[in-house]
Amino acid sequence: MARLTIVQAIQAALMEEMERDPSVMVLGEDVGREGGVFRATEGLQEKFGPERVVDTPLAESGIVGVALGLALNGMRPVAEIQFDGFMPPAWDQIISHVSRIRTRSRGRFSAPLVIRIPYGGGIRAPEHHSEATEAVLVHTPGIKVVYPSTPYDAKGLLISAIRDPDPVLFLEPKRIYRAFRQEVPDEPYTVPMGEARKVREGSHVTVVAWGAMVREAERASEIASSKGIETEIIDPRTLSPLDSEAIVTSVRKTGRAVVVHEGPRTCGMGAEIAARIQEEALLHLRAPVVRVTGFDTVVPLAKLESHYLPTPERIWRGIREVMEF
Amino acid sequence: MNGIFDPSILDGIEMLRILHPDGSMEEALRPPELSDEKIQALYREMIFLRLADERAVQLQRQGRMGTYAPFMGQEAAQVGSAVALEEGDWIFPSFRETAAMYMRGVPMAMLFAYWMGNEGGQRFPEGVRVLPISIPVGTHALHAVGFAWASKLRGEGSCSLAYFGDGGTSKGDFHEAMNMAGVFRVPVIFFCQNNQYAISVPRRAQTASKTIAQKALAYGFPGILVDGNDLVAVYAATRWARKRAMEGEGPTLIEAVTYRLGPHTTADDPTKYRSEEEVEEWKPLDPLVRTRLYLRNCCLWDEEMEESVRLYAEERVNRLVKEAESFPDPAIEDMFTYTFAQMPPSLEAQMREYREFLKSTER
Repeated sequence: MARLTIVQAIQAALMEEMERDPSVMVLGEDVGREGGVFRATEGLQEKFGPERVVDTPLAESGIVGVALGLALNGMRPVAEIQFDGFMPPAWDQIISHVSRIRTRSRGRFSAPLVIRIPYGGGIRAPEHHSEATEAVLVHTPGIKVVYPSTPYDAKGLLISAIRDPDPVLFLEPKRIYRAFRQEVPDEPYTVPMGEARKVREGSHVTVVAWGAMVREAERASEIASSKGIETEIIDPRTLSPLDSEAIVTSVRKTGRAVVVHEGPRTCGMGAEIAARIQEEALLHLRAPVVRVTGFDTVVPLAKLESHYLPTPERIWRGIREVMEF
Repeated sequence: MNGIFDPSILDGIEMLRILHPDGSMEEALRPPELSDEKIQALYREMIFLRLADERAVQLQRQGRMGTYAPFMGQEAAQVGSAVALEEGDWIFPSFRETAAMYMRGVPMAMLFAYWMGNEGGQRFPEGVRVLPISIPVGTHALHAVGFAWASKLRGEGSCSLAYFGDGGTSKGDFHEAMNMAGVFRVPVIFFCQNNQYAISVPRRAQTASKTIAQKALAYGFPGILVDGNDLVAVYAATRWARKRAMEGEGPTLIEAVTYRLGPHTTADDPTKYRSEEEVEEWKPLDPLVRTRLYLRNCCLWDEEMEESVRLYAEERVNRLVKEAESFPDPAIEDMFTYTFAQMPPSLEAQMREYREFLKSTER
């Protein structure tokens, strides 16, 4: 066991999977010699050579489209899109092809590839470096969407994603890449996709949060706890497929729910989770589901960023709202 | 002044043409394996393909097929390139490549079934090295590059060929594909059927380049401009590109200059954007006309043969329509089944809910 950060856990997963399976390869901008702008692919090219750890030209659609071609012909590519804000050029390939090739070919072809994307705000970055667009991804049938929030989950989920027969979008919370360490097994292990994690047990209110928002929710829970309110935090870990069962079970117990996410509110993931809660647990609800989210605006730059991103104080306000309804 | 790259440096490059519109052959340029008998056999297929294409349009008019993209006029470009590949090679078609797909082993009835609205028609038999039809223009060139790259990494000794049109060369993905193919020197052939129109927009409004072939130069590999209505030249150009790919020389861009004699699709009215005179000018250049002239000149064809081959092809088309119309309908479950290898619970719930709805309406 080593104590690793999220970014180190991701690097370890890549290293181990490349060792295990010679068809696994890594490609993207600056992933080779540089080891990635966040160092998630550090040391891989030295170990596996430039044929398996490939610095590509600067072209997001190209990276994903070519990765699909590689996957169709027996490789297991792990492509990196350097920042969330550079995803849109690759959406065409993801939405038009990666997600559809299994359906289009009626199962003859599949796309076993992983697209890694550092996502979200909180690092005082330039424009297009802080987006959280999970709703667009989850709205696309045929892809799995994963959001780890801890080093342990990051390694186990990435290994699951690489071994999965379907395309997986792996969204990494760059804000907490190095925020804390956790014991992570040295050997390979998997964390199943589609299973939520109960971060904290509580009886008064359920808080649903993923990625970098889990830590903010934990901080809000400390405030709540000091006022005698015990929250139960559910981290879905995978947004598609979503572990509705875990969320609904928790809400049936607590009768109250707060959903937290960085992305814009309208048609965001919170809307879907709220809809599922009212479908499955309406009569258990003691208050309407509250969403604590980013706004329906462009993500602001550093000076206003802290006003856009949900903070422990805003989440605490949401918790109070459902408690006092 | 030094340092200027003027497009005029490309002036004087002539299009490759081996079989002339009058039916005469440049024997010195003819690939020796393309014997007269082989040309005769390919001509028979071209007759069948022309009839099948015409029938598809009729079926659409009768409401028996959905929107369909006819390839009439592009038979030589598709047949010549498809047969120049080897058994292990793969093609990446767009939506107008019915002839090429058929020549690579896709059963025509499956393609008809697909255009009749049945995705099952896109699950080509194992061993048929053809990807499903990709509709978003130009985007699939990238898949051919990745696929060919994997062939190279795996030492498979095969190449990939992507078909697209003149319109596709305006797309960013086309350029990203060309660029990556050049950088990684992958065994891929970019095959552009320049049929002069992207729906209504003529080739001259699509790019300021004099040719499409020359675009290859910017990506560090050769392009070749070929008469796309010349079966022999298309075959020769594709062989040349394939040889380069197999020898580790990397990609080639082929521009096959042809003409879409029909509409963009059955939903299109070409009289809105091009003149009858223009179409008439291209008619003598029809690939079937010149192939027939050649075969007639070397006494391998006459009216009687034309008639009997046509009759036989008609029968085949009748059979294929029957086969396509009796192609098994997809199960409702198929809509759900192929989304993932394993259906997630939420999708299973949606399927179950819909099944129950259907059941409730039966009563």
